[in-house]
Amino acid sequence: MTTRLRRVDLRGIVVPAVVVVGAEIAARVTHYHSSSLPWPSEVVTAAGAALIDGSMLRATGQTLLAAFGGLMIGASLGLVFGTVMGLFLIVERLAEVTIEALRPIPSVALIPIALLIFGLGYAMEISLIAKTSFWPVLLLTIAAVRGVKPRLLEVARLLRMGLAARIVKVVIPAALPGIFVGFRIAVGAALVVAVTVEIAANPLGLGYAMMRAQEALRPDLVFAYLFWIGIIGWLINGLLSVAQRRLFGGASRAAPP
Amino acid sequence: MMPRRALLLLASAIVAALIVALWQLVSNLHLVSPIFLPPPDRAWAALLFDIDRGGLGGRVLLTLQHMFFGWLLASFGGILIGSAIGISATARAYLAPTLEFFRPLPASALFPVLIAFFGLTENMVLAVIGFGALWPTLLATINGFATVKPRLYEVARLMRLSRRQFILTIALPNAMPEILAGMRLSLTIALILSVTGEILSGSPGLGHWIMLQARSFRTPDLFAGVLLFGLIGYASVQLVSLLEFWLLRWRGR
Repeated sequence: MTTRLRRVDLRGIVVPAVVVVGAEIAARVTHYHSSSLPWPSEVVTAAGAALIDGSMLRATGQTLLAAFGGLMIGASLGLVFGTVMGLFLIVERLAEVTIEALRPIPSVALIPIALLIFGLGYAMEISLIAKTSFWPVLLLTIAAVRGVKPRLLEVARLLRMGLAARIVKVVIPAALPGIFVGFRIAVGAALVVAVTVEIAANPLGLGYAMMRAQEALRPDLVFAYLFWIGIIGWLINGLLSVAQRRLFGGASRAAPP
Repeated sequence: MMPRRALLLLASAIVAALIVALWQLVSNLHLVSPIFLPPPDRAWAALLFDIDRGGLGGRVLLTLQHMFFGWLLASFGGILIGSAIGISATARAYLAPTLEFFRPLPASALFPVLIAFFGLTENMVLAVIGFGALWPTLLATINGFATVKPRLYEVARLMRLSRRQFILTIALPNAMPEILAGMRLSLTIALILSVTGEILSGSPGLGHWIMLQARSFRTPDLFAGVLLFGLIGYASVQLVSLLEFWLLRWRGR
């Protein structure tokens, strides 16, 4: 623990600290209030108030619920299709044109279609998040399954395992470190899409709370939410990276940056 | 004799065509309401009609402009700031952690912040793209500078290169592969942000247009617009990949 602490470079904190303190001093000296740039202390007060009255946590819960739901659907589909395409090269080759045609469509461009089908609410947000998190899991599962050592598959054949047993007992466990990398990318994308959909259309969660704060001319609350979203993303990424190290250790050196 | 690869590609195109045919069949049999899933032939007809009479081409051009100029802004900013930070290990130590905090932030979260400064204008959309698509290129530039081999620093000192010469002749070419990969990522973000920005600000463009089609339940036109977005996404990434290949050809194989 101590060795880890010592490695933290304190110089990284200097710049944000100077900016925040400088802005606060400048604000207090000039007493200038603008409707776009809040005082740092106001941001802290706004964040505290929103945390205490529960509105921030409620919005966080909504965003995370949508992100989690979409992630589960998208990642499971990606896992299933990825395993099949990884095991049978011919399936991937046959799906190639379809995949390349669908993948470049940006999720936000599908907002109007999702709105038409599901209306406002969780369902449309979850469907768009599922669409987004499907791709990284699919592609990295294909690569990971294809990277399973042939010797393992030979052993499975020698043991006369059926296809299902081979997948569940050999292929998936061996490919899991790679699949997890795809899952991590999908988690990051899910959060981004959740907030984007909420900002653009859906009256739910952190994105909508930010838009409402902006419309109410509360820049302090907007910045409070901005930093809160940053902290949430940072926490989730940190948790996943710890999980990755604990679960797969040396097998996951090729993690994304 | 066709090579195996081409044969598979053809087969895969046939699979895609079969999926479209199935979609047509499902719509023709009214298994799904055409409001949700218009038949592909009507979406295609809507596409041709809107380009011909509806001024869709102009909308696409506007979106491309948002995306391209925002991307240019982000790329230049990213490379400039990245070079300034990357050239000095001290600046890196001070600034990199702050920048790393901003990177995973959803770029769209900048909309509420920048709307307060610019209002619902095109400048706001450009500012969000420029700022939101900055990070991949910026961090790639810093990373690329950090991986310059120490020996090259010694060579530069021996050759008495000025700081500017060092950046232009050694550091930037060394960082080029990473910078281009970052710019490719920035482009995808720029497209996403221009769509979102157009939906939000109502500045005319393809993003705003598809929202209007959805509101008036003109789904064939809506699907045509989404198809165009797929095309834009595909073509732009291909173009940058091509640029990447051409700029990095000196590395050889």
